[in-house]
Amino acid sequence: MSQFALEITDLKKTYDSDVVALKGINLSVKEGDFFALLGPNGAGKSSTIGIIASLVTKTAGTVKIFDIDTDLNFPEAKRLLGVVSQEINFNNFEKVIDIVTTQAGFYGIPLKESKLKTEITLKRLGLWEKRNEQARTLSGGFKRRLMIAKALIHEPRLLILDEPTAGVDIELRREMWDFLKEINAQGTTIILTTHYLEEAEQLCKNIAIIDHGELVENTSMKDLLSRLDVQGFVLDIDKALDQPPSIPNFPITLEDSTTLNVAIQKDQSINDLFDQLTSLGINVSSMRNESNRLEEMFIEMVKKS
Amino acid sequence: MKRRNEILVSLITLIRKEIKRYLRIWVQTLVPPAVTMSLYFVIFGSLIGPRIGTMDGLDYIQFMIPGLIMMSVITNSYANVVSSFYSVKFQKSIEELLVSPMPNWAILVGFIIGGVSRGVLIGCIVFCVSLFFYPSFTIVNPLLTILVLFLTAILFSLMGFINAIFADSFDDISIIPTFVLTPLIYLGGVFYSINILPDLWRNISMANPMLYVVNTFREGMLGVSDVSIPFALSMIIFFIAVLTSACLILLHKGVGTRQ
Repeated sequence: MSQFALEITDLKKTYDSDVVALKGINLSVKEGDFFALLGPNGAGKSSTIGIIASLVTKTAGTVKIFDIDTDLNFPEAKRLLGVVSQEINFNNFEKVIDIVTTQAGFYGIPLKESKLKTEITLKRLGLWEKRNEQARTLSGGFKRRLMIAKALIHEPRLLILDEPTAGVDIELRREMWDFLKEINAQGTTIILTTHYLEEAEQLCKNIAIIDHGELVENTSMKDLLSRLDVQGFVLDIDKALDQPPSIPNFPITLEDSTTLNVAIQKDQSINDLFDQLTSLGINVSSMRNESNRLEEMFIEMVKKS
Repeated sequence: MKRRNEILVSLITLIRKEIKRYLRIWVQTLVPPAVTMSLYFVIFGSLIGPRIGTMDGLDYIQFMIPGLIMMSVITNSYANVVSSFYSVKFQKSIEELLVSPMPNWAILVGFIIGGVSRGVLIGCIVFCVSLFFYPSFTIVNPLLTILVLFLTAILFSLMGFINAIFADSFDDISIIPTFVLTPLIYLGGVFYSINILPDLWRNISMANPMLYVVNTFREGMLGVSDVSIPFALSMIIFFIAVLTSACLILLHKGVGTRQ
């Protein structure tokens, strides 16, 4: 049994319009991983996912899903794979239950069994109450859940989600995160593309960044974040100030009279900052990251590439 | 064995989906051909027909019945597949099929059976309607009639499938039926025998593929035809084979379906 859920070797894609989407990607995702594939718009993420899912034809290279070469036995590989596309891809005029049952049928699951599986999956995703509604009447969030239900109906070992929480409100996004964490904990390998970098930071163990059809980074989330040299923090203080306090080696700016912005170097201790603020009679009531750390790193890498 | 069963289940699922699709909207799919053909029978059969007299030795309405059934079968089997397959492309629900382990041939067969079932069902409805206007109608060769009915529905379902593969807009799926199929059907001997045409137009008509389909069906129903039946049947089967191969190659290459 392969330890890799996905192995991509020298994957290339040139579209008919001569646009080169992938210039030879090499990527491996371990079984059980929660993997983030990031990149700006047009970087080649969706082309990569499209090729894995057989929605896009590749120009060159190989794709293996749990050691099964898709060129040699794509049906078997597809049985192990579930894909949640970026765009809605079901008939809006069909009932929720029919959409999921039909998808199960396409995977060769007999009707009686597929009805049972549909019930379990819809209940798991909070869609059971809406089973007899036409898909077009669902809210954006429920449509996303329906997409996930379709992708999970045949119990895939590898689930790929292409921006699953795009346009979803914060509450529902958090619910989805919990759900994805749960199925990952149960053994499903998950690959996620997202524009919400906080999402990748919260969920994923490993990460690859793709830009202009090339892989510019492929490492663990922990390693990536450890490379940040400077982090910005926002401090809420209990004393109104007219000007920022002057503390050597800690550049501080005043956002408003009771909010400070401070940049802390990787080798600096945040305790030193607190000590010095306390000595100036300034108490910090709360603290948060100035912006998403991964976002800073991502922008830096994409700029470099 | 397991793989074979899975393919069979997926094929049955697709066929069930396709049949449910047109039955769900029966007012749009099943009723209009019955209404339109009733009007043809009233106007051309009952009102104008008696003034025309006989055609190939048959009452005009009797002569017309096989042609009108064939016209309905051709347009409906074509329309069913072209609209259904283009819709799944347009809505992107084709991805439901493409990500699944279903082989391309099963996808093709599923859509074709959907089109054939609708074409044959409409053919039966129009035949039942015709009995209101000509109750004494009897089918001369039921076996040939049924064979041509199914072969024609398969042939035009395949054409609809290819049209849908290449279609990029809803305009593209109406151009062929409006500007190619309908004129060829009307000029293909539905309403007249080509024996009444001058030599030049008769020879030109011989190049119209619809003529062979309509006349073979008329031979089955009435025992009269303007063309050679073995030749016509061979051509229909030949084109089914060619179009089936073309559809499978297009699906394999991902033309119109995969980027």
